[in-house]
Amino acid sequence: MNGNENKEVVLLIRNLYKSFGSNKVLNGFNLALKKGENLAVLGKSGSGKSVLIKCIIGLLYPDEGEITVLGQSIQSLNQDELDHLRVKIGFLFQSNALYDSMTVRENLEFPLRRHWMEVNNTKAHELVMEALENVGLADTVNKMPAELSGGMRKRIALARTLILQPEIILYDEPTTGLDPITSKEISELMNHLQKKYNTSSIIISHDMNCIQRTSDRMILLIDGVAYKEGSFDELKGSDDPVIQPYFE
Amino acid sequence: MKLPPNTHRFIEEAGAITAFTSRFFREAFRPRYEWNAFLNQCYIIGYKSLPLVGLTGFIMGLVLTMQLRPSLIDYGVESELPAMVGIAIIREIGPVITALIFAGKIGSSIGAELGSMKVTEQIDAMEVSGTNPFKYLVVTRVLATTLMLPILVLLGDAISLYGAYLGVNIKSTTSFHLYFTQVFDNLSFGDVVPAFVKSYFFGFAVGIIGCFKGFNSSKGTEGVGKSANSAVVVGSLLVFILDLIAVQVTDLLGLN
Repeated sequence: MNGNENKEVVLLIRNLYKSFGSNKVLNGFNLALKKGENLAVLGKSGSGKSVLIKCIIGLLYPDEGEITVLGQSIQSLNQDELDHLRVKIGFLFQSNALYDSMTVRENLEFPLRRHWMEVNNTKAHELVMEALENVGLADTVNKMPAELSGGMRKRIALARTLILQPEIILYDEPTTGLDPITSKEISELMNHLQKKYNTSSIIISHDMNCIQRTSDRMILLIDGVAYKEGSFDELKGSDDPVIQPYFE
Repeated sequence: MKLPPNTHRFIEEAGAITAFTSRFFREAFRPRYEWNAFLNQCYIIGYKSLPLVGLTGFIMGLVLTMQLRPSLIDYGVESELPAMVGIAIIREIGPVITALIFAGKIGSSIGAELGSMKVTEQIDAMEVSGTNPFKYLVVTRVLATTLMLPILVLLGDAISLYGAYLGVNIKSTTSFHLYFTQVFDNLSFGDVVPAFVKSYFFGFAVGIIGCFKGFNSSKGTEGVGKSANSAVVVGSLLVFILDLIAVQVTDLLGLN
């Protein structure tokens, strides 16, 4: 097993409800993420996985329920406090969300300069180069995102997520749209960086290979609730007819 | 009573634009102020639009003069050509044509850029990076369009008057000094100031509509195209509506 049983909980979700009109997406969802743990959330497209992590980072507001991140209740924070907390939470977007009009350097400097306004040019350069070296793309520093391949853009997005050295990283479909080899490289990179910085992660995905490679534990999100949780092997070995199709 | 779907949609959209505009005023005067992004937008929106505005202004001045000349000859008032062209350019042609060109170039570009940022989650990424995207993207652009369009109108008017000067000299000879004396002697406060003031409103309308359409873009790349397109259509339409209101207001104030 993963040895996380006695570690502190860094993210706790209790009875989370979120609807869009009559469409109930989250219907009393619960989750606890421990320090240093990689937790995968698996579910069909449209099951509410992305809504879940957007609620965690404060991009969406839940209808009911409680989200506590590093001891702070997200719903009770004002904008400044939320921005302050967001420094400790990295978010890797499904579409990478690199700023098209900025170079790779400017993309990486953006969160640095917005969150740490006092950072000087030398320090910013050092941090940018360190983040790019972490993902093996130091030579792309002056390129535009449009000049990079899909896998490279994903790595740059990961470098941007890591530049503030967050304690928790939220991955939204990190391998979607990538070929199997690049997907494997990204999964390995996620593991490498998790070990290096001892981050805790929530990985939203329906890529079983990625989940198997990266997760310590997984939760199956069905009908807006945590239907089942356990390790990859435990869920794969389940004879529940609802769970089996996910592993076929 | 149930409203027809199109009327319902129109009222809904008008309400959403009003809410978006009131949010602009709330956010614009509250710190943190995005000076660097604002100056960058002034450069992109103002300086980079100048060649297009200048070229269209020059052609309009030249063509207007050549079209007016035969009618004035018929009435025996050819000597009034500089005065007539000057008033037409300063009062109406300059501000409206510049605003329409501006809506086409800047309105569509803002709609497409923000729309594309929205559908590729760049606006969300900005928010999680400790940035208020409304302030950073919308407030800076709307302020830049509001402040840059009047400057472009002034420059466009000047180039257009020069084009008209060349037009006047195609079939007759008028000195540069005489031409501009005739133009400015016939201009009054009521010709210049309302035209300049209304161009602030045109700039604001083009900016706010472009940002509204882009910021509320949806449905992937198809939505981006629609945002850019409707930013131009609604922005241009608003320019005409504001022009209509401006002429009524100046009439009521006795400036016509």
